[in-house]
Amino acid sequence: MSLLEVQGLTASYGSSQALFGVDLTVAEGEVTALMGRNGMGKSTTVKAICRLIRASGGLRMRGQDLHPLASHNVARLGVGLVPEGRRCFADLTVHENLIAAARPGDWTFQRVAELFPRLEERASQRAMSLSGGEQQMLAIGRALMTNPRLLILDEATEGLAPIVRQEIWAAIRRLKQETGVAILLIDKSLKELSSVCDRAVILERGTTVWSGGMTQLSAQTTERYLGV
Amino acid sequence: MRMNETWVNALVLLGLVAVPGWALMVDEPFTITLATRAAILALAAVGLNIVLGIGGLVSFGHALFFGLGGYAMGILAFHAQTYSALDLGFIQIEGSTSMPVIWLVAMGVSALVAAVIGILTLRTSGVYFIMITLAFAQMFYYFAISWAQYGGEDGLSIYVRNGFPGLNTLAPIQFFGICFVVLCLVLLLNARVQASPFGLALNAARQSATRVEAVGLDPIKLRLVAFVLSGAITGLAGALFADLNRFVSPSMFSWTLSGELIVLIIIGGVGRLMGPVIGACIFVGLEHFLGGLTDFWHIYLGAILLCIVLFGRGGVIGLLTGKEGAHV
Repeated sequence: MSLLEVQGLTASYGSSQALFGVDLTVAEGEVTALMGRNGMGKSTTVKAICRLIRASGGLRMRGQDLHPLASHNVARLGVGLVPEGRRCFADLTVHENLIAAARPGDWTFQRVAELFPRLEERASQRAMSLSGGEQQMLAIGRALMTNPRLLILDEATEGLAPIVRQEIWAAIRRLKQETGVAILLIDKSLKELSSVCDRAVILERGTTVWSGGMTQLSAQTTERYLGV
Repeated sequence: MRMNETWVNALVLLGLVAVPGWALMVDEPFTITLATRAAILALAAVGLNIVLGIGGLVSFGHALFFGLGGYAMGILAFHAQTYSALDLGFIQIEGSTSMPVIWLVAMGVSALVAAVIGILTLRTSGVYFIMITLAFAQMFYYFAISWAQYGGEDGLSIYVRNGFPGLNTLAPIQFFGICFVVLCLVLLLNARVQASPFGLALNAARQSATRVEAVGLDPIKLRLVAFVLSGAITGLAGALFADLNRFVSPSMFSWTLSGELIVLIIIGGVGRLMGPVIGACIFVGLEHFLGGLTDFWHIYLGAILLCIVLFGRGGVIGLLTGKEGAHV
């Protein structure tokens, strides 16, 4: 049974429809890339999965329909979101950001600090004083503190320095190898996605136009739908 | 010069004890009463600071809980002193002149009303929340005015201050001691709450409810718990205030009192542990010293408030420590 099943998902912002039928599945322990050009509905799909916007269509997590649930209950079901633009709790320290999100499970402050040693060094600093990369690490750590079964990373490396991007990708690889948490990744770096992801789903104008194994993704397909 | 906040907090509490201590030595009981008034107003504002400072909810109706605490004390003491039972229809309750019993009732009633109001109001935000909380307080204000059994508009006098085991509560310094210890215990509780996962999550919900939901927390529930806790503390302060004056009246429910509690917190420092205490001391000091000079002392209070809002967003404690307060 798939961990996450999305079938024919549609969503609108007011009178403007953004999703016209998204299909995707994520299996336990699998890393899936959600790809597409800007404005094709990747972040909207993530918001719909997390019930941050209204949507209709099939939306199930471990067989449970997500539509009747409030967004905090979706998170409690095991969906950990690292939102686009990081969005840490600016007034709280690094340690407080992580403790505020903590739920019972394997992930503790020490374990997050082991994954991102910089966070331990900055533990007593307010999130607002961190660099962009450190804020991103904190956002990932905060999502991990909820002990998710599915971690969703929305543009986790966007706008970061190359060296910091490498740290984030290294952390994602460690998560894949050591934890078995399923990951849904949105990112623009096809090279990095190819090296980490098992599967890929491509969106075009709010619709799934391609899905399959990462190794099956041809140059023709990426050029057609991603422009690379 | 920037000061360490822990030192500032310690100095404030030391100052609040030193003033009545000095007044006792020079036989100035009125000064002790002023310090007691400051401690009680600080306690009420500490309660409000949980929802305002940590939770970011501008409750403009916290006088409701202050009044409920006051009337809980007044009604229980009235029935005890007149040897009559309080008839609730389905049950008759004896009055009480025991402070601990009165405090429990005051906190219980305030918490219960806060829970009901919280459930009804916490789905709103901003100006709607301000107006709804104000409306509830005004409802109770007008109800108290028309409640002839307990004095109506004239209020209700209690002739003897209620008792506390082992203490003479009529001695101003001993009653101050009770209020000060209660204030310190509530400050300790507040500090623990602020540092707890609940307090951190409440703080996070003030910054972004959506992000808090994304980590599996329900911001409405967090705010409801904070609102109930806040109401109970402010209710306790109301019971002590009524005991200080040995009098309760509808003015304890008035919107001006709700406004004054907000002003105290802004002056002292929003969301800061000792902000309400500093604000209450400044407020009572100005009320006494400037009030003796002119009836229009609120103008000076307004000027101070204006300066703090414009130039010192962290309040007095923010100016002393160099840190801004919570962004509400």
